[in-house]
Amino acid sequence: MPPIISVKQLSKTYASGFHALKHIDLDIHQGEIFALLGPNGAGKTTLISIICGIVNPSEGTVLADGHDVVRDYRSARSKIGLVPQELTTDAFETVWNTVSFSRGLFGKSANPAHVEKVLKELSLWNKKDSRLMTLSGGMKRRVMIAKALSHEPQILFLDEPTAGVDVELRRDMWAMVRALRDTGVTIILTTHYIDEAEEMADRIGVINKGELILVENKAELMNKLGRKQLALQLQNPLQGIPAALSDYPLELSADGQQLVYTFDAQSEHTGIDALLRRLGEAGIDFKDLKTSQSSLEDIFVDLVRERA
Amino acid sequence: MNIYAIRAIYLFEMARTWRTLLQSIVSPVISTSLYFVVFGAAIGAHMTAIDGVSYGAYIVPGLVMLSLLTQSISNASFGIYFPKFVGTIYEILSAPVSAFEIVAGYVGAAASKSIILGLIILITARLFVTFEIAHPLWMLTFLVLTALTFSLFGFIIGIWADNFEKLQLVPLLIVTPLTFLGGSFYSIHMLPPFWQKVTLFNPVVYLISGFRWSFYGVSDVSLSISVGMTLVFLSACLTLVWWIFRSGYRLKT
Repeated sequence: MPPIISVKQLSKTYASGFHALKHIDLDIHQGEIFALLGPNGAGKTTLISIICGIVNPSEGTVLADGHDVVRDYRSARSKIGLVPQELTTDAFETVWNTVSFSRGLFGKSANPAHVEKVLKELSLWNKKDSRLMTLSGGMKRRVMIAKALSHEPQILFLDEPTAGVDVELRRDMWAMVRALRDTGVTIILTTHYIDEAEEMADRIGVINKGELILVENKAELMNKLGRKQLALQLQNPLQGIPAALSDYPLELSADGQQLVYTFDAQSEHTGIDALLRRLGEAGIDFKDLKTSQSSLEDIFVDLVRERA
Repeated sequence: MNIYAIRAIYLFEMARTWRTLLQSIVSPVISTSLYFVVFGAAIGAHMTAIDGVSYGAYIVPGLVMLSLLTQSISNASFGIYFPKFVGTIYEILSAPVSAFEIVAGYVGAAASKSIILGLIILITARLFVTFEIAHPLWMLTFLVLTALTFSLFGFIIGIWADNFEKLQLVPLLIVTPLTFLGGSFYSIHMLPPFWQKVTLFNPVVYLISGFRWSFYGVSDVSLSISVGMTLVFLSACLTLVWWIFRSGYRLKT
């Protein structure tokens, strides 16, 4: 199946001379949840804005469902829904009117049943006649999602969907994103919350300083780059790391009860067997052991730091 | 053609009119009524007829034009400036709509509003002075052409403006003087010969002259020149709007 979004050699230089994007190549597959991860100012929003038609690219092409987003913008854009980062809504319109307006704007005939369904799914139904300015920030965020879903898009962009959102709404939003994916909608979200990407995404792209550093399945990414730690609960506390073990990267906890060994899960020789033998030889007994994988956050921080 | 989008933008803009009814319709009607009370009834009673038309009646077309121009500009400029200001423009830019459809929605709504307003002012004027409309079809043609042209002009200002000051600047510093000096309250033949020539560079002269001709059959410049100049200005605005969308000027970075 061809990718639903295909970005080729995309670059953007703003009038100020700032290179926001540098030769980005990216394919998004139909029906996946793709997380674009990167620090502030990395180029996430610029990339989304070009795909959605808000910013003109300097170089390169983007195809959405096979349609060039510049030359064939009508077909491309009608497939796409966008929830931007900023909470920008009209003040005086009602929820119902603003969502219906979006549907019309995207060239769809009025369909009150669909608008009703969207509003109900987002717990906005009892607010449908409220003016937007009377709504809380969280409710406005829901309205913006409702606007993006009003025209039944196949591709949904969520730019920092959970920035400044409370825990409940965040959980609702994640549930909604999964439900949408189950109906076949492709979802691209940007975030700088790593736990969000970890929780939600099928694939993750890391962008930093306008460059796409890496694109990987989440599981593979964590496998491939993840460091593992082996923690040993000792039978008897140690005063310090014995000299016999000094050539291992070991850390001793403050109370001397736990010894932590960090290793690369990718490597052929993790060194665990040798370490355990050496511990036995040194007469250090342990009562429990566990391994843990580093989080995406650790991977991400490593990556961005490496390139800095 | 995305008819649904034109309809959505048009209805959205018209809804804004009804929401701000006092500002949109009532206040121009009140200010025009004041003009009629002062210039038409109080001062006009002491003025001699111009070109055989009583002064009160003579200023009716000029006053309608005055409101038509200022309201077309302010409606259209605010209509497109505000989404830029609050950021809701993202939705228009990301929607499958062409430049023509965006302009048709915004300018169509602004022009409709001005035309309705112009007709309301005409009816209001009728309460103060007696006048006949000799060429009603021409009157409507000028009304529609002027409303369209100046709504386009307002749309351009709304896109060009990046703060509220600029939004007010052009209407205040250029359009209002041009309208007052364009023969709203007098015939340009009443000016000294030198200023008669200068005044011919004022596009508003042609609009008011043609519009007044449709009422009383008298004009400062010939009808064909009036129509011609209106169309020239309309084409100039269309060309500018076309360039704005082509280049993404002040809309897309």
